[in-house]
Amino acid sequence: MEFFERFAVPHPSPLIYASMVAIGLTVLAIIFGITYFKKWGYLWKEWLTTVDHKRIGIMYMISALLMLFRGGADAVMMRLQTSVPDNTFLEAQHYNEVFTTHGVVMIIFMAMAFIIGLMNFVVPLQIGARDVAFPRLNALSFWLYFAGAMLFNISFVIGGSPDAGWTNYYPLASNDFSTSVGVNYYNWALQISGLGTLMTGINFIVTIIKMRAPGMKLMKMPMFTWSALITNAIIVFAFPVLTIALIMGTLDRQFGTSLFTSTSGGMDMQWANLFWIWGHPEVYILILPAFGVYSQIISTFSGRNLYGYKSMVGSMVIISLMSFLVWAHHFFTMGHDAFTNSIFSITTMAIAVPTGIKIFNWLLTMWKGKIRFTVPMLYSVAFIPLFTIGGVTGVMLGVASADFQYHNTMFLVAHFHNVIIPGVVFAMLAGMTYWWPKMFGFMLNEKIGKWAFWFVSIGFCFSFFPMYITGLDGQARRMYTYSESTGFGPLNMLSFFGAGVMAIGFIIIVYNVLYSIKNSPRNIGDDPWDARSLEWATQTPVQEYNFAITPEVESSDAYWDHKKKGYQLFKGNIEKIHMPNNSGLPIIMAGIMLVFAFSFVFYIWAGVIVAAIAFLACLIYRSFEKDDGHYIPVSEIKETENKNGGAN
Amino acid sequence: MKIKLALLFGLLTIATILAGCEPLLVFDTKGPQAATISNVIWISIITMAVVVIVVVALLINMLVKYRASKQPEDYEPPHIEGNPIVEAIIVGVPVLIVAFLSVISVMSTYSVEAVPEGYEDQEPLVIYASSSDWKWHFSYPEQDIETVNYVFIPTHRPVEFRLYSHTTISSFWIPQLAGQKYAMADMVNKLNVVADVPAEMIGRNSNFNGEGFAENTFNVTSLDPDEFDSWIEDIHATAEPLTEEEFTKLLEPGHLGQMTFTGTHLDFLPAPEGEHGGHNHGSSETDQDSAGHEETNTESEHDHH
Repeated sequence: MEFFERFAVPHPSPLIYASMVAIGLTVLAIIFGITYFKKWGYLWKEWLTTVDHKRIGIMYMISALLMLFRGGADAVMMRLQTSVPDNTFLEAQHYNEVFTTHGVVMIIFMAMAFIIGLMNFVVPLQIGARDVAFPRLNALSFWLYFAGAMLFNISFVIGGSPDAGWTNYYPLASNDFSTSVGVNYYNWALQISGLGTLMTGINFIVTIIKMRAPGMKLMKMPMFTWSALITNAIIVFAFPVLTIALIMGTLDRQFGTSLFTSTSGGMDMQWANLFWIWGHPEVYILILPAFGVYSQIISTFSGRNLYGYKSMVGSMVIISLMSFLVWAHHFFTMGHDAFTNSIFSITTMAIAVPTGIKIFNWLLTMWKGKIRFTVPMLYSVAFIPLFTIGGVTGVMLGVASADFQYHNTMFLVAHFHNVIIPGVVFAMLAGMTYWWPKMFGFMLNEKIGKWAFWFVSIGFCFSFFPMYITGLDGQARRMYTYSESTGFGPLNMLSFFGAGVMAIGFIIIVYNVLYSIKNSPRNIGDDPWDARSLEWATQTPVQEYNFAITPEVESSDAYWDHKKKGYQLFKGNIEKIHMPNNSGLPIIMAGIMLVFAFSFVFYIWAGVIVAAIAFLACLIYRSFEKDDGHYIPVSEIKETENKNGGAN
Repeated sequence: MKIKLALLFGLLTIATILAGCEPLLVFDTKGPQAATISNVIWISIITMAVVVIVVVALLINMLVKYRASKQPEDYEPPHIEGNPIVEAIIVGVPVLIVAFLSVISVMSTYSVEAVPEGYEDQEPLVIYASSSDWKWHFSYPEQDIETVNYVFIPTHRPVEFRLYSHTTISSFWIPQLAGQKYAMADMVNKLNVVADVPAEMIGRNSNFNGEGFAENTFNVTSLDPDEFDSWIEDIHATAEPLTEEEFTKLLEPGHLGQMTFTGTHLDFLPAPEGEHGGHNHGSSETDQDSAGHEETNTESEHDHH
């Protein structure tokens, strides 16, 4: 019995017991459903073992949407708790766990997964490749991410959630002050999904550098692919820092070292430095692919080529370099001297210049265009003013002296939601709607989509603009409650109202998916948006091999040139196509990693050792495994192409 | 779209009006440091508002003029590459704006760190403000008194808060007097403030530090130097001395009301500065070596009054 006591939740509440029951019932229902409909074989063969970048991308996005609802539920709980003064809906400890998991889930398991999902689906198609460079590694990346997400999400029913904020500052996150296993979960969940992300980074850099279609010079790549290339370069440089910081945190918490303690020669602020050396580039890892999505969408629905292509690329390169030079602005108030603060203040504000270039280029892309207000375009158009407001408040925060008043307040919370939601979340919703027909062969309903858009964006304004004001009025972030005399009440109520409106918007999106599955027409052709880049030259839905004949490309708007100028994309004949085989190894390895990490969280060393040996055995097995992939014969390709009408 | 933008402007207007009627805390300043920051914030808000207005105006222009429903059916948008002059403008103007704000930022950052102008030749009143879970302890070595969760300061005299923590990282913040600064266990940070007028103010720890964070506040009162002196005298006449045993109890996690003692805890538990420091973060002149720990056990050479 003693063995099991460690799994108890330290601060149980009816809400947590209700979630336990809900999770249990959902898992049972899923297992029962799959068994009842005899879909285990299909699931295993077609999805769980797949190495197809398109299916991996879709699985990333489904996971991201699930996480969006998990994190969103946290968000609504927080806004409900703070909607009136002295509220008792959540107690302090529970509130602390909720905002911690909200931050981690939204950044690591929602936004990251969504951008990587979109990259997975779109990038190989945009560059005319058949898959990514290392398809099986790609599957492993996904399953490691998924294992990390699962590990993190069971924390609140087994052993307790982390409660030191998503920034997890030491010494607050040390054993002395955070006594549950929550922060162990944080360390290991981020660690294994971070490894997955790092592999993705390497995979996509190689894919984009080595696997572009003939004729696609670097400066002829579509903008989303450019953003993916730069993003993955940042990933490869930034994520190892997180890996190391998490290992150091694990050593402190689980092996008694004093790396981040404030006594015994440790340095507590060392964690803050390492965290933000990863953390600041991380926000650009999120936003650059979003910029790529907007570039594609604004160009498509303005009917024009992207204005200032070269400066768009150049500004992203500059942003990626500068993202590593600003981390100390997250703690101007730590007590650096004025000189240090001045340097970081200037570098921080300087990033606004390349970002500003992009905003003006998007505006100039619309100039003399023929603008169609589709759902993806609505999100992109709303993004411009809202992101500008988020951006300029970022510049305000970059003024070091003024940051002494904004730091740790709701003003900061308003700012980063103001860049992440209209920046990243709108981009994902826009990108999802935009590429949906390529993924599933039908379109999402435009009318319902527009309703969702209005709810999400108006809800956003009501939710976050009041926080700028309460922040300047002295409301610190992460307070589970406040007294009536502070006067924060009415504006917090407005925020809660906004959060409710946003939540309705997201529910409408889910409804739209269900509605469209049932009602949308399937005969939409290969290019329903009249788009410009290469992914639209494939069949809808896209075949396993993407392109029957490898395309040859002369510009970044290759498909547009094909439509308007009669440029031939597909020259030559159909030949047999070499494709990688499916493999069950990635999901098994991720499962083993899950056992490893879970055991580590609870100091179950036997589990750790067994899992480590099993993982090593998988690596050895893989090293000696002979798997040369398979060929799809010409006759089969021709048959598929004819059946679907063929894109060429 | 228009509804949306109208709404946006509406909200911004409401924000401005709200700020105008009843000043928000950071604009309701009681001292020169906070006033400097308040001015910097207004300058940056106005500058940035211009940027937002330009972007929104351009966007509305594009959306109204170039929407598909306004174009002829057969209109084919032209292919336009970048134009060097246009790109020079969209780089140049932001560079100028950022340069302008950089100058403001650097000047004000130096200014808020220093003793405010006009007060340089007065000797500052040193108050140690140290945080524990979830309280603030204020030690006045010069006056030899200590308070918990409230602090009195004289007006028109520079006050040097020396900040550190007995536990996790906290952030010492009195919005109406100055910006915040971290209090950490292994070093002492200095915050210079001056109060212009007698006032009652709220101070708090703004850096999340666990369960009792929300209530981790303290009261700040600035009063005329004469009244300040008589307050000190009152304390020496009435308050009990602070013993090590008592102080150890105060450090236990929890909340306390306001308390007053004679003597300071610095006598038996010195602040982490000088030879008692863990290490520093580059802002003070002491050595980086943490070997200084060894000397902690020897008799403190701290200034006794």
